[in-house]
Amino acid sequence: MRKVTAVILLGLVGYYLFSYFLEIPFGENRSSVGDYYLENTVEQTGSVNTVTSIIVSYRGFDTLGEVTVLFLAATGLGAILFDKKGKKRRRQHASLIVRVSAHLIYPLIILLGAYVFIHGHLTPGGGFQGGAIIATGVLLMFMSYRSFEVSHKFLTYLESLAGITFVVVGFAGLIWGSSFLENILPLGIPNQLFSAGVIPIIYIAVGLKVGAELTGLLDNLLKTIK
Amino acid sequence: MSLLAILVYVLAVILIVAAIFAVKQKDLLLAVIGTSAISVVLSIFFYLLQAPDVALTEAAIGVALSTIIFVITIKKTKRFEE
Repeated sequence: MRKVTAVILLGLVGYYLFSYFLEIPFGENRSSVGDYYLENTVEQTGSVNTVTSIIVSYRGFDTLGEVTVLFLAATGLGAILFDKKGKKRRRQHASLIVRVSAHLIYPLIILLGAYVFIHGHLTPGGGFQGGAIIATGVLLMFMSYRSFEVSHKFLTYLESLAGITFVVVGFAGLIWGSSFLENILPLGIPNQLFSAGVIPIIYIAVGLKVGAELTGLLDNLLKTIK
Repeated sequence: MSLLAILVYVLAVILIVAAIFAVKQKDLLLAVIGTSAISVVLSIFFYLLQAPDVALTEAAIGVALSTIIFVITIKKTKRFEE
């Protein structure tokens, strides 16, 4: 009896939801904000990548919040896994093939990550993607070599420096411009590396910050394996 | 049918098979490999749907980072589902 009631209730809810969803036109452009961004991005921010201009310039304050959330998550994990003794990673018997190829690929992965966040305003991708790619490269080395170590002090300084850069750029917009994170540097010619004002600076800072955070997080996690 | 459409159908079948495999598998390590296969196919889909930046994120985080976090968790707990 209960099952029948449940099925009938679910059917009713499904029917009404479906009849309302049918009213909403699918795939139609209902708001004009997307068109506005596509038309005015290059002129207003100098960045040819519209996604980047929205993330860093139009919605830059949200990105600052996102970076803060990631920082708090990494800090919380570090606090939970903290161990005074300063553990070492367990000996991993990676084979010769893995070790040699990891050694060859590692610099290329780091280079790809740096490329992705430095060219954030020109090509797809940006700080978050570049940082994640760098963390994957370091993870490959962590899993191949036991002796490969990244200094936590260095990671902390890099992370703090990148975060401070983001906030300082934001306040510079407030001081010399009219709002937080305003683009105060000259926009330059679109499609060139040195263009789009403060957008590349912020995205390089975000890339370094995300890369350092994820690397520290992976190092902390891998050290907990007994 | 064009070559691209065939590719999309093949990828969709792989996606569904990998998802069912990840849910049904009792060996959690294999299930994690299944979710990572889902991420690979999804990142190709994002690229085909003209969202290359989402594809980059999915490839780096879905395939590498979340997989290793799951593997570490399995290493610290139990490998087989009851």
